Amino acid sequence: MITTKDIDNPLIKFVLHLGDNALIMGHRNSEWCGHGPILEQDIALTNIALDQVGQARNFYQYAAELISETNGEQLTEDSLAYLRDSWDFKNCLLAELPNGDWAQTILKQFIVSAYQYHLYQALANNQNEQLAAIASKSLKELNYHLRWSSDWVLRLGDGTTESKKRMEDAIAILWSYTNEWIDFADYEMIILGDSHHSIQQDWKAKIKSVFDEAGLMIPVDGWMQKGGKVGNHTEHLGYILTDMQFLQRAYPNAEW
Amino acid sequence: MKTFIRKMFYGDYGEEKNNAAESNSTNASKNEWPLWEVFIRSKQGLDHKHVGSLHAADAVMALENARDVYTRRGEGVSIWLVESKNIHASNPDDSAALFEPANDKIYRHPSFYELPDELKHM
Repeated sequence: MITTKDIDNPLIKFVLHLGDNALIMGHRNSEWCGHGPILEQDIALTNIALDQVGQARNFYQYAAELISETNGEQLTEDSLAYLRDSWDFKNCLLAELPNGDWAQTILKQFIVSAYQYHLYQALANNQNEQLAAIASKSLKELNYHLRWSSDWVLRLGDGTTESKKRMEDAIAILWSYTNEWIDFADYEMIILGDSHHSIQQDWKAKIKSVFDEAGLMIPVDGWMQKGGKVGNHTEHLGYILTDMQFLQRAYPNAEW
Repeated sequence: MKTFIRKMFYGDYGEEKNNAAESNSTNASKNEWPLWEVFIRSKQGLDHKHVGSLHAADAVMALENARDVYTRRGEGVSIWLVESKNIHASNPDDSAALFEPANDKIYRHPSFYELPDELKHM
């Protein structure tokens, strides 16, 4: 058992936040493996899940390095993923919500990809070289995630009566979880600096343009959920961790 | 009058009742996305080669699916897609008439020329 919740260093918090978002999204998407609506889309989503787990690895490796530089604690990407509890995780709540139907999964992916795409673009120019390198590497993947998910928002929103209704239901269910992505925590503001303005604007503009094209309405402003970035999670994260961390906890240091 | 010429399509091998040429009118096809044939060029300068097929609603989705299904391990630098119904194939029943006459005409192979030693890659 390790914990990262008392760490104060904004860079470490930020890197853990990025890793947690990627890992939890990747885990949720991996739940579709073998259950996709059609073989080709099953593979598409599993590919995206693998990209996200790969990004999580990069961020966790960097976080482990930073933590050991700061306090000498020897951590690895695996201990960060498998040995922390839910209050240590800093992912946005949307990432941990259940997949729901295909429309909800698509909407989640679209919201997150639109955010990560603009975030990584900003980070690619960050003065922190390690962050810039991870972001540039991930951008090619994000390019595709964003294309794939926007495409599906269009197909469902501008498709049949049923598919449009599913998409509208997904928006009604998930919308209050969208704002957390651009409601920046202190540690994000410190690392992102002024670039956070453009991330907010670009993210909003992207969502508006895809929704407009798909004939979908952006809901009126209302109550927005938050808390994930500082470790206050929904009950769903606990279930994810139970599932994801079982093997390492039951058989510590098990290897393939 | 009986028609002896039947248009053959890719996928017409196998059971006559479920063949591709007639599938446009079957109920199953209304719920299924069309089939596409995928061709991948593995590197610049080589030909595109047929690697398999997939289902997709349209060409845009077919291209994304092909990328996911057939190029995940760095197999390609270019993808071509053709909707399977657009491929016209020879009838397997005609194969004797079409191909066997070539079997005993070895003189059509350019294998009787004396090649100079300097030629390495013929």
